[in-house]
Amino acid sequence: MSLAPPAHPFENATHDGSGRRFGLTAMLHTWTTSVDHKQIGILYILMSLVFLVIGGIEALLMRWQLFFPRAEVLAPNTFNQLFTMHGTTMIFFVGMPILIGLGNYLVPLMIGARDMAFPRLNAFGFWITLFGGLLVYFSFATGGAPAIGWFAYAPLTEQTFARGPATDFWALGLLISGIGTIAAAVNFVATILAMRAPGMTMRKLPFFVWTMLWTAVQMLFALPPLTAALVMILFDRQLGAHFFDVQNGGSAYLWQHLFWFFGHPEVYILILPVFGMISEVIPVFSRKVLFGYEFMAAATVAIVFISMGVWAHHMFCVGMSRTLDLVFAAASLLVSIPTGIKFFNWLATMFGGRIRFASPMLFACGFLSMFVIGGLTGIMLASVPLDFQLSDSYFVVGHFHWVLIGGTLFGTFAGIYYWYPKMTGRMLSERLARWQFWLLYIGFILTFGPMHVSGMLGMPRRIYTYDPDRGWALWNQLTTLGALIQTPSYAIFVYNLVASWRNGTPAGDDPWDAWTLEWTTTSPPPSYNFEELPVVHSRRPLWDAKHPEDPDWQYE
Amino acid sequence: MEAIHPGTLLAASETATQNLSIFAPASPAAQSIQDLAILTGAIFALILVLVEGILLYNIWRFRARAEVTAEPAQVYGSQPVEIAWTTAPTLIVFFLILAITRTLWQAKAAQPAPQLDDHALFVKVIGHQWWWEYRYETYDGRPLNFTTANELHMPVSETGQPRRVHLTLESADVCHSFWVPRLNGKMDLLPGRTNYLMLETELPGLFLGQCAEYCGDQHANMLLRVIVEPPAEFERWLANESAPAAENVAVQTGREAFMAESCVNCHRIRGTPAEGTFGPDLTHLMSRQTLASGEIPNSPENLTDWIHNPQTTKPGCLMPAFDLSETRLEAIVNYLLTLR
Ligand code: HEC
Ligand SMILES: [Cu+2]
Ligand SMILES: [Cu+2]
Repeated sequence: MSLAPPAHPFENATHDGSGRRFGLTAMLHTWTTSVDHKQIGILYILMSLVFLVIGGIEALLMRWQLFFPRAEVLAPNTFNQLFTMHGTTMIFFVGMPILIGLGNYLVPLMIGARDMAFPRLNAFGFWITLFGGLLVYFSFATGGAPAIGWFAYAPLTEQTFARGPATDFWALGLLISGIGTIAAAVNFVATILAMRAPGMTMRKLPFFVWTMLWTAVQMLFALPPLTAALVMILFDRQLGAHFFDVQNGGSAYLWQHLFWFFGHPEVYILILPVFGMISEVIPVFSRKVLFGYEFMAAATVAIVFISMGVWAHHMFCVGMSRTLDLVFAAASLLVSIPTGIKFFNWLATMFGGRIRFASPMLFACGFLSMFVIGGLTGIMLASVPLDFQLSDSYFVVGHFHWVLIGGTLFGTFAGIYYWYPKMTGRMLSERLARWQFWLLYIGFILTFGPMHVSGMLGMPRRIYTYDPDRGWALWNQLTTLGALIQTPSYAIFVYNLVASWRNGTPAGDDPWDAWTLEWTTTSPPPSYNFEELPVVHSRRPLWDAKHPEDPDWQYE
Repeated sequence: MEAIHPGTLLAASETATQNLSIFAPASPAAQSIQDLAILTGAIFALILVLVEGILLYNIWRFRARAEVTAEPAQVYGSQPVEIAWTTAPTLIVFFLILAITRTLWQAKAAQPAPQLDDHALFVKVIGHQWWWEYRYETYDGRPLNFTTANELHMPVSETGQPRRVHLTLESADVCHSFWVPRLNGKMDLLPGRTNYLMLETELPGLFLGQCAEYCGDQHANMLLRVIVEPPAEFERWLANESAPAAENVAVQTGREAFMAESCVNCHRIRGTPAEGTFGPDLTHLMSRQTLASGEIPNSPENLTDWIHNPQTTKPGCLMPAFDLSETRLEAIVNYLLTLR
C-alpha cells in the first residue's frame, strides 16, 4: 500500500536535518535524540533485554547457592541483595519496559497514526525509565545493593535496619522510572483516544490496542500510590519522618497496603498487553477472526476493575479480620471469571481453524498451555486458609514465575516473533525459534514445577540456605537443573535477534498474511508510518482488502 | 563450599528426614486446610485436563494441512456460548467461596481469655532479628511469667481433652512470620500489631518450621522448633523453667566472667544481675536442644564456637564477637553448661 522505500531501522527518522555526522556518532545521535515512536519502542525493548540478562545472571547465582543444602557459595547478605535486585529488575526494568516498548512500536501503526500523541514525552518516558534502572544498579557502587526484597516490607527499609544508601537508590530509581511509566501511560491513552485512523471507532480497535489502552489506565491508577509510598520511604530515611517507623508511631501495615495496591494491579499491567498480543497472533495463525471480540473486550475491562480491589490477598497472613479475608478472597476469585472467558475464546478461535505452527503460534500455544496452570495455582493461593500455608513459601515463587514466564514471557516471545519482521524487514530463524522454544519450555517446567513441591514441603521463600534434613535438596537441585536448561534458550534468542537482523530472509510488507494496519506499510515502516492515512471499516482492514466479496464490516 | 557447616551435624544426629509437609497435618486446623487443598486441587486438575485437552485437540485436529488452502469459515462469536462459559466458572467460584468460608472459620478462631482449669496454654511470641522469644503467660489458668527462647514446649492434646496453645504474636523489630506447617498455617508478626494463632495436636514429638517473612540477613536461620510433650513431662519442664537459674560454686569464675562481660546487657539469667533483653534468655540454656534459633545442636563445642565468634556460625547476627581469652571463654562456657 505504501510506496515508500524500505528504510533500514537504524537509518530512518533522523530528526535533525542540520549537522552532518558519520558512523557510530551519527547513529548514537539519532537514537538518543529520537522522538520517533518506533525507535523509542526498540530502545525500550533493547533496554529490557539487557536487564533480562542481568536479572537472569542474578537468578543463576541464587540457584547455584541453593543447589546444595548449607552451601557457602554466597554470603547471606549477598544472596539477599541478589533476590532483591532480581525481582526489582524483572518487574520494573524487564517486564514493564518490554511491554511498553512493544506497545510504543505497535499502537500508532495499528491505529493508522503517524506517531504517539506526545513524541517528546515519549522520549522522556523512556530515558527516565532507563535512568531509574541505572540508579537502582548504581547502589552496587555504594557498597552493595539493597537487601530488602522487591516488595521492601517496612520497617526493614528504615535507616535502623537498612543503613547504607542502597535503599535510597532503590527508592529513587523506582520513583523516577515510575514517572516514566506514568508518562508512557498518559501517552497511550491520548494516542488511542485521539489519533485513530478515519473510520476506526473504539469498537473497531485491534485487540492489542484495546488491551494497551486498559493497561495504561491501570498504570495510571496503580503507579501513583507506589510513587507516594516511595516518597514516604525517602522522607523517613532522609528527613526523619515516621511513616513506617513503628517505634515512633509509624505503621508497617500501611506500607503493605500501599505497596500491594500498586503490586497487584502490576501483575495485570504485565499480563494484559500479552493477552492483547496473543489475541492478535492466535487469529492470524488459525486463519480465523477472534471469537467473541465484544466479550473479550468486556472481560479486559472487568479484569482491570476487579483486580484493583484484590490487593490484600497478598496480606492474608497479616491478621486481618475473617470478613476482610473473605472479601478479598472472593474478589480475587472473581478475576478468574473474565480470565476464563478469555481462555475459552482463544480456544474457540483456534477451533475449526487452519493452524500454522510458525514461531509466533508456537509461543502462543506455550502461553496457552502454561498460563492456565499459573491461573489455577493463583486460585489455590486466593483460597485464604490454604494461603495461610502457601503464602511466602516456594509455592508462591513457583506460581508467579509460572504466570510471568509461562504467561508474560511466552506471550512476549510470541509477539516479538510476530512483529520482528515488521520492525527489521527480516524474518527470524524458525529453526532457532524451535530450539529456543523447546529448551525454554522444558527448562521452565523443570525450574518452576519443583518449586511448588518444595513450597508444599514447607520451604519458605528468600532463604539463602536450608538444612539437609528438610527433604528440600532434591527439589532445589531439579530447579537449578531447569534453570541451566533454560539459560541457552535466552542465548539462542539473542543470537537469533542479532543474526537475523543481518542475514534473515527479507520479510516483505505482510509475511504472515495478517489483517491489521501495520502490515499495510513497509517493513520496517518509514518514519511517517503511512504515506496516506488508511480508512478503516472493520477490525480487520486487511481482511476486507483481501476479501472484498466478504468483508468483515458486514458482520461486526 | 567445602567447609562443613555445623548445621549438617544436626542432620546427622537426627536420623530421618524431617517432615514439614502441609500434607502431613497434625492438628485440626492443618487438617481442615489440607482438606481444602485437596478440594481445590481436584477442581484444579479437572479444569486443567479440560483446557489442555481442548488445546491439544485443537492443535492436532486443526493443524494446517497442505491440501486445503482456502480460509476456514469465519465465526465471529456466539452469545449463548459466551453466556454458558461465563456461568460455569461463576458457579465454581461460588462453590469455592462457600468451601473457603467454612475452612476459614475452622482455621482462624478468635482467641479466648485464659480461665482457671481451661487446660490451655497462653504464650506470647515475640519475633526478633533472628530468634524467637517466648513469654509463657498462663497454663490451665495458672500464671507462669517466665521467658524462654527459640524452642516452644507445649502439651499434647488427648481425644476428648484438648490442650490448646494460644499464641499472641508480636515483633520487636521488623516483620516475621510464624510457620510450623504441620500444626497450622502461618501468621505474621508485625511490629505495632498483635496477631493470634492457635496450636493443638494429639501427636507428641518435634515439629519444625521457620520464619516465613523475609526479615533481613539471617531470615534463613530463624528456625522454629515446637516440642509437644505428654502433660506430666510438660509440667516438669514448666517447673524447671519457672525456677531461677541454678547456682553452682564450682563455676564461680565463669559466672563472674559472664557478669563482668557485656553479656549482661543483652541476656537475662534470672536470679542473677544479668537482666538484658536484647538477646535470648539464657536462664535454662541447657534445657534447649539447639542454639542460635535452631541452627546448630546445643553441644559444648558448638557453644564454645558460638561465644568465640557468633558471626562464623550465623553471619550478620546481632551478637558480636568479643575476643575473649581462651581461659575466660572456657570459664563462661563452663558456667553456661550448668544452666539446666
Ligand atoms: C549486643 C547484644 C549481645 C551481647 C553483648 C551478647 N549477646 Fe549473646 N546473643 C545475642 C543475640 C541477638 C543472640 C541471638 C542470635 C541469633 O540466634 O540470631 C544471642 C545468642 C546467644 C546465645 C544462644 C542462645 C540460644 O538459645 O540460641 C548464647 C549462648 C549467647 N548469646 C551467649 C552470650 C555470651 C556468653 C555473651 C557474652 C560474652 C553474649 N551472648 C553477649 C546478643 C548478645
Ligand atoms: Cu495479587
Ligand atoms: Cu524471617
